[in-house]
Amino acid sequence: MNELLDALRETFGEKVAVAQRIGQTVLTLPKDDIVDVVRFLKEHGFSILLDITGVDHLERDPRFDVVYHLYHLQLHDLVRLVVQVGGEEPELPSVTQLFSAANWAEREIYDLFGVTFSGHPDLRRIMMPDDWIGHPLRKDYPLTGLGPLPPLVRE
Amino acid sequence: MATVDDDRPVLFSSVKKLSAWARSNSLWPAQFGLACCAIEMMATAASRFDLSRFGAEVMRASPRQADVMIVAGRVCQKMAPVVRELYDQMPEPKWVIAMGACASCGGVFANYAVVQGVDRVVPVDIYVPGCPPSPEGLIEGVMRLQKKIREGGRPVLPPVPPATEVAGA
Repeated sequence: MNELLDALRETFGEKVAVAQRIGQTVLTLPKDDIVDVVRFLKEHGFSILLDITGVDHLERDPRFDVVYHLYHLQLHDLVRLVVQVGGEEPELPSVTQLFSAANWAEREIYDLFGVTFSGHPDLRRIMMPDDWIGHPLRKDYPLTGLGPLPPLVRE
Repeated sequence: MATVDDDRPVLFSSVKKLSAWARSNSLWPAQFGLACCAIEMMATAASRFDLSRFGAEVMRASPRQADVMIVAGRVCQKMAPVVRELYDQMPEPKWVIAMGACASCGGVFANYAVVQGVDRVVPVDIYVPGCPPSPEGLIEGVMRLQKKIREGGRPVLPPVPPATEVAGA
């Protein structure tokens, strides 16, 4: 694992910050490098994309974290990638061309956080109804919903 | 009870009463297990509580073969149109049991995602309280529905539900 992290530092230099938190390697990186870093890790044995999740830090700028979890089958080790995105229309590159497992995970983050993924082949809502207003897991989303809810009975 | 010429016993009744009696004793539930209440519904149908004692054990996965829909669990906004569609596919006469707090009124889920009572989507005959209701509770609900059917029940035409509802309002 350490050799792998050295190779990572050599390739990406200062752009990728490496830390150890509760026994897990955490890489913090700018959003434009996510595809390159994920490709690098995949080529070095992190062959499973376990999950992609989002975090909304309401007061912080940039506001959102997008968190990737990769698994190495030979080393039995996990690595966590944290990317910060913000702005009016938060957007970052999709990793679907590397891991098809990213497809639904990215749709979920788009649906619940309103973070869009450029290059995603089919970016539409996955959990909420298609005509839903707002993104429910944002911290400023009211508990009772935003605006009129879709009809309970459809034609 | 009366007898005809050759002393054979004859039972007098009205067709309406007789059919209601027959219906009430062979309810075929469309099992709509949506959450934890479904576990209690399974227990109700299984051997210990034995819903078949009351003729309502034939849980159908198809609405076409069912006449009582047991909505067991919370109905989310996305599921609501599906519940309605399945209800519409059930042949008349049909009844609905809202099982548990969530199906009855939204329960603890007073939020945007959960419909605040399945009666906003389909007409409900029996509300079974509990979180989840015990199997005895569901059996009580079924027996009350049987009583309701025997006594004539409600008109079968369902009311038109409201077009939009703000959850938790």
